Parts: sequence; structure tokens; C-alpha cells
Amino acid sequence: MPVTLNPHATAASIMETPMVEIEKLSLWYGAKQALKDVAMSVPKHRITAYIGPSGCGKSTLLRCLNRMNDLIDGVRIEGAIRIGGTDISDPALDVTELRKRVGMVFQKSNPFPKSIFENAAYGPRILGVRNRTDLDGIVERSLRAAALWEEVADRLHESALGLSGGQQQRLCIARAIAVEPDVLLMDEPCSALDPIATARIEELMLELKNSYTIVIVTHNMQQAARVSDYTGFMLLGELVEFGVTRQLFTNPRDKRTEDYITGRFG
Amino acid sequence: MTSRLWRSGEPFIWLTGGALATALIMVGGLVAIIVVNAAGFFWPAEVVRLTLKDGSVLTGPVAERERVPGTTDAWRVKIKVANRDLYGADFVWADEAAITRRERPGDVAVVERTEWGILIGTIMALKEGAVTVAAGPAAWPEIERRLPAAAALRAEIRKVEKSDIGAINHEQEKLRLRLRALEARGATSGADGEAARARLATLDEAYKVQETRLADLRGKQLATLVVAADGGKDKELPLAQVLDVSFPNAMGWLAKAGRYVAGVWSFVSDAPRESNTEGGVFPAIFGTVMMVMLMSIMVTPLGVLAAFYLREYARQGTFVSVVRIAVNNLAGVPSIVFGVFGVGFFIYGLGGAIDQLFYAEALPTPTYGTGGILWASLTLALLTIPVVIVATEEGLAAIPGGTREASLALGATKLETTLKVVLPAVMPSILTGLILAMARAAGEVAPLMITGVVKLAPALPVDGFWPFVHLDRKFMHLGFHIYDVGFQSPNVDAARPMVFTTTLLLLAIVVVLNLFAIATRNRLRRKYATSAV
Repeated sequence: MPVTLNPHATAASIMETPMVEIEKLSLWYGAKQALKDVAMSVPKHRITAYIGPSGCGKSTLLRCLNRMNDLIDGVRIEGAIRIGGTDISDPALDVTELRKRVGMVFQKSNPFPKSIFENAAYGPRILGVRNRTDLDGIVERSLRAAALWEEVADRLHESALGLSGGQQQRLCIARAIAVEPDVLLMDEPCSALDPIATARIEELMLELKNSYTIVIVTHNMQQAARVSDYTGFMLLGELVEFGVTRQLFTNPRDKRTEDYITGRFG
Repeated sequence: MTSRLWRSGEPFIWLTGGALATALIMVGGLVAIIVVNAAGFFWPAEVVRLTLKDGSVLTGPVAERERVPGTTDAWRVKIKVANRDLYGADFVWADEAAITRRERPGDVAVVERTEWGILIGTIMALKEGAVTVAAGPAAWPEIERRLPAAAALRAEIRKVEKSDIGAINHEQEKLRLRLRALEARGATSGADGEAARARLATLDEAYKVQETRLADLRGKQLATLVVAADGGKDKELPLAQVLDVSFPNAMGWLAKAGRYVAGVWSFVSDAPRESNTEGGVFPAIFGTVMMVMLMSIMVTPLGVLAAFYLREYARQGTFVSVVRIAVNNLAGVPSIVFGVFGVGFFIYGLGGAIDQLFYAEALPTPTYGTGGILWASLTLALLTIPVVIVATEEGLAAIPGGTREASLALGATKLETTLKVVLPAVMPSILTGLILAMARAAGEVAPLMITGVVKLAPALPVDGFWPFVHLDRKFMHLGFHIYDVGFQSPNVDAARPMVFTTTLLLLAIVVVLNLFAIATRNRLRRKYATSAV
């Protein structure tokens, strides 16, 4: 099903299946407009990165996808977002159902003050999985998928807060994928990690994209260039340019994108 | 130079250290005074016999030694001569200059009895009615042989009085109230009333049987013992009143240690005697612990829920800030004010309403409309609720927002997040609040004095009569006991060591309750290993 993803789309992206479609999305925090007419599509089983300077609205955009912005007072949204064909901006939509389909990993690793096992099993338990054998299976599978199993298999019932920063972040990834979401949102997942831990997470993302659609917000342009298939450059709430990563980095169409990636900016 | 010293920070370290040391010395000194005064109380004191210039003789342990007021080198001693029934006073001062002879006779007996404090003297004989069973040195072995039987008899009489007759009285009272309730409904004649009246008649019979039994048992208490006290005063003491006889001057170190342990045990396990100046404090321990437990059960859910609303649900703003400040300031309201509120609202308001609705037949005698352990606990719960709220709120504030977000992002509802993530994480803080609340409640006296604490409670709030836990009952409390023994007792001097021992005991109970809560908190902390609080 060939779809035109974006006015700026390149030929290479035309054959993708869209997972998330955003149409004319605007968002206000009170009187301040944080997103202006953003329109784009996130293709399935690909890594899509948003880059841009601080305060450009990339995290806000990401948080629209699982409606975490609902938690903030005074947020107003216009436009439409469809995930797998469902309009998620519908006020009648059950956000908890949406969040079970759209997982999220945060900038600062935030494991629960519980055991490693209980962290990974939290989502499935919320979904109603009670059977111990099933839980054991899910925990092992998600910890393996997050490349953490080997390191923690013998201390599953110890506190998750005893893990290193990188391990904690991978545990958060394991926790997010334990419920098998369609989309995995990552909000600067490596900004608090050292380069080695960052490399491990990046490797992990490349593995995970076979099963999940990943949207990542990053400050780090090298990271976007290394892992993502598509990149969107945002500035002052606008999606300036969106396209295949290599093309965006090597041959940007917009002057502002070029200025930013060459470091002539901000 | 000065500036260099100041900049090095050294003086400030000394200042902070000095402040801490001052605090430690004050607390340590207080505890030391209590421990020193309390610890010696149960140690059998050596009995001296002093002969004075005027020929009078004083026998008893030395309680104090001090300089004679107004002189520089004259000393006097305070002798606990006891035998209040014979001499009228427990203590006698003697100038050391007037003492001509000082000895420690081995045959002096210290008799602990049920009335008039201890008796100090020499055992002369054991009599049964007018017949002398044994006299002189033969008397003591015979008394020793008979003491266990006398104690058993006393216990049996007590059992008949308390349990057997108590049960009859209890049922009679219930039947009387049922008849009154029937009367109030206008059902004076009916099967119900007849049955109750018939039962009452049977109970009257049973009561008479027990009365006879009691008289029989009392008739067996014939033996008396004759003790010669100073000043040629002989005392004929019924053996039934003798709790214990000891010869402190003849005792070895080990025997004294044994008596010490026995003394401590009877102090914590016995009921008080002689308007609290003798005997133990078990009812007060029981009342204190039970009241603190009840208070904890009531204050924890209330305080935690209130804190959750303030921190997790309420929109943070001026109003919530005002509420928070008001809650914090509640902690500064004098506790007697809470007591007055407890009397007005709980006892007269709630208790009065409960009496009207459920215990109307007993009126005008109030059931819940008077002070009781329930109302005292509720009053203290009110008093300590700010502590729990503040501690819980601080714990909630210390949980990173990301933790809640992570749960919500996994599709958990706000309620699931609160119960499954926030509550376990804030548990150590809740326990911290509870520890502080318990420490405060256990030591509080003023509000209790008007909401249900009494000098001597006839029964514990928990006993064998259905429904076993009687929250309407008045109770005894260690804090009030200290005040009562120390300042309201007819014999303050004799009771003074009891004040220290009771204080020490109250401190020990608070420490034990706290240690228990701290252990629980540490276990939870290890389990969750949170960095918060």
C-alpha cells in the first residue's frame, strides 16, 4: 500500500507502511504554542528520530503519542494522530489501553523501587497476567530482548535500584516491551549514560526494531545518524524537515536543517 | 589570623559538636538519674538497728544521709522504719551524733503484706486462734512451710470473688438491663421477661452458694504470726495477709539477686496495692500498650489517606498550602486542648449518641458517654495525626515523579499507580511517622486524664466476658501512674522509688515499641532499597 508519508518525503520512504500518522497537530501549553501544524508519518518497524535544539517541542511531540501530556494542566491539542489506524486524540479513548500499545522509556531511568522481576512483571500484571509460569516466561523473554538477562538472571529478586545506570535503563526498556507494545517511545534514553552503556542501548534498539516501531528523541545528532532510519528536525515547534536519515544529514533541503547539523546554529 | 581560623571552619565544627554534646549530656543525665534511682529499688536493702541516746531503737534500711540543715559537719540519716500501722510514719530522721549503737541483726524479717506497707521486726511466734503453734526459732520454718498454702488459699478466694462471683454479677447486670429495656418498650409481662426473671432467681441462688463457699474459705485463714517491732510493739499479723518474708541481713549475694529478679517480675506482672504505692503496675502497662496500639490503628489509615489526598490528588495551590500549614500547626496545640475536644466531641457527642441509640436501658449510667480507652485513643490519634501526615507527605514528595510516570506509561491507572508503586515506596516514611506518633502518644498524660484514665481500674479492657474487648472501659496508664504515685499518693516518700521505676518502665516500653517499628521499617527499606527518607 504505497502512501505519501510527507510532503518532503523521498522516493525511498514511499514504500513503507505507516504505523503512526500525525496530521496538522498543534499544541498549546496555556497560551504558549509548543507545536505548530506538525504532519508526518512514522513507518512501521523502523527507528524514527526527532532532533532539534532544547525546547523545540520534540519531547512534547513524543508525549502526544501516548497522551502523557494529558497529565499536565492546561494543555490543548488540535489535529489528529492515528496509531495503527485508530484516532488516539478521541477524548472517549481509554488512555490506559493506548499506553499499553505505546510503551515509553524516559530520559532518566525510573525503575520502580521493587525487585528486578517485579519491575519487568509490572506491565503484564496490570494487564491481568496472574499465572506465575506465564509471568516467569514473560520476564525472561523481555529481559533477554533487552539484553539484560545474562547479567541479572541470578538476582531477579533483588532491588532494581541496585543496578547500574545502564542496566537500569535496559530494565526500563524490558519493562516497556514486556507488554509487547506496537510502538516504543524513547525520550533521550541515553542522555544520562556513559558511552559504553549508550552503545549497548543503541545496539539493542537496532535489534528491537525488527519487532517494534521505535520513535526516539535525541539531543545527540551522531546517535540519530547511527541508529535511525528516518529523522525529523524540529525547530520552535515546527517540523522543519523529515526524511530518510542519511539524506537529511548529507543533503538537507532546508537551510535551517543544514545550519543545525553543521553546528552553525544555537 | 582570626580570619584564617574562622575560614578554616574549625570553630564552627566545635560549635556544632558542642551543641550536640550539650544535648547528649542533658538526655544522658536524665536517663541516668532515672536508671540509678530505679535500678536499686528491688535490691534487698540491708537493715540496720540504731540505738539512740534516749534509749529508743530504730530498725530499718537507711534511705538517705544528709548534712543536718544549718550545720557544717553534723549528719543525719533517714531510716525507713516502715510499720505504718504501728508508728504512723514510714520514715524517721536520726542525728548521727545521737546514735550510740549501730548493729545489723541477722534475724530481722522484712514482711511484705497486703496492707500498711512492709513490716520490719523479729518473728516471735506462729499462732492459730489462741493456740501457739510454734514459738521462737521454730516459728520461721513452720511459717515458711505454710506460706505456699496461704498463698494458694488467697488465690482461690480471689478467684471466687473475681471470676465466679464476677461472672454472676456480670450476668445479673445484663439481665437487669434486659428487663429495663423490656419495661421501656412496655412489655412488662411476656415470655422474655419471665425467662429473665427466672434466670435472675437462679443466679441469686448461685450467688448464695458462692457466698457460703467464700465464708468457708475465709474461715480457714486462722493462722497469725506475731512480730516484735521496735518500742515493744508487737504485731499480730494474719498469715493470709503475708505476701513474702525475707531476712535481708542473712541473705547472700546470690539470694539477693534472686529476690531482685523476683521483685522486678512481680512489679511488671502484678496489680497495684494500697492506692498504687505497693505492688506492680501490670494494668498500667497493659493500658498503655493497648491504648498506643488502638491509637496506631486509628491514626495510620487516617493520616496516610489525608497525606495521599494532599500530595497525590489535590491541585497544589494556595488552598492546599494553607491546609498544610494548618495541619503542621495542629502539632503545636496544647495537648490538654485535644483532651477537652475529646471530652466534648467524642465523649459527650459521639458517646452520648451511642448510649441513646444502643445502651438506652443502662441510662442514666453512661456506657460510652464517659471516658474510656476508645475515646482516649481517638483523642491521641487526633493529637498525633499531624505527625503521620507530615511524615507521609515528605515521603511522597521524595518519590521521583518519573516513578509515577513510568507506571502510567505502562497503562496503569492512577489508582493502580498509587496502590502498587507509590504506597510500597512510601511505606518506610509512613512507619517513621508512626514511630514518632507512638512515642508522642505513649508519653502523653494531660488529655488522658479527662478522657478515660483512672487511678485504679477495676478490670482490664480485655477479659473473659463477651465481647472480650471492652473499649468503653476506663484504663490505667503508666504516665498517669507516675503522676498519681508521685504527687497524689497518701505516702509520697514511700512511693518515690516507684515513680522512678515506673518512669523507667515507660521509657522501656516506648523504646521497645520504637525498636519494633524501626525493625519493620528497615526490613521494608531493604526490600525496596529506596533512597528516599
